[in-house]
Amino acid sequence: MTVFGLKEALHLTAFALPQGEREIRGGYTGDLLSWVMGRAQENDAWLTIMSNPNIVAVATLTDVSCVILCEGVAPDAGVASLADEKGINLLGSEDSAFALSAQINRLL
Amino acid sequence: MAEALRFHYDVDGDNFTSAGAASVEVKRKLRQLGFDAETIRRVSIAMYEGEINMVVHARGGSADVYVDKNSITIILADSGPGIPDIDLAMQEGYSTAPDNIRALGFGAGMGLPNMKRYTDEMKIDTVLGKGTTVTMKVYFTTGKSTSSAE
Repeated sequence: MTVFGLKEALHLTAFALPQGEREIRGGYTGDLLSWVMGRAQENDAWLTIMSNPNIVAVATLTDVSCVILCEGVAPDAGVASLADEKGINLLGSEDSAFALSAQINRLL
Repeated sequence: MAEALRFHYDVDGDNFTSAGAASVEVKRKLRQLGFDAETIRRVSIAMYEGEINMVVHARGGSADVYVDKNSITIILADSGPGIPDIDLAMQEGYSTAPDNIRALGFGAGMGLPNMKRYTDEMKIDTVLGKGTTVTMKVYFTTGKSTSSAE
């Protein structure tokens, strides 16, 4: 499934969607950046409540397909444009990380 | 090719929002050079953790990356406070990062363990009050070499 497809299916908010055609093959849910760095796989959807600019670097280095901010968290000032500039898909949802993880798992 | 490629970066210790910029740049370069995804991933994760450590603990430093025929060497050097107890610092979950850093999602105590896990060799030279130099090496055997850059 593509990032754009997931956005449509789960009615996600698109803060930045520069590469909506990217495929999602799995997922990782977590907020401690070193854990994400060590565990998230290429083409995962990464679910987190972290909204600071460092998530863009982590997403770039791990090659995840997209970052999804859960629980209604909005990106910090400037993070959406930074993501767009770096080619990182940044989405958002009002749902909890648990609920979103379950929904994405069903769709993949 | 006989000579190693070398990339040098200054890591800014005052700008936490741009932390990781050198690692992202190295990742881009390794990709251009045609390295396999796993080698790129190992190098970028290890370097990122080291870069973050320098920003959090040492007000920045320098990063040098050497690409040889069969290995990539990352040397991170800072003039920070040094590491009093390396064994303790290597333990997963042990961290001395301040609360404001933890609030950003760092300080999980996984930095040095990740650096060791994702590299083939890691050496820490540290002098209290003087600074720390971390040297990491990743070997690659998948047939990609720096010759693809030429």
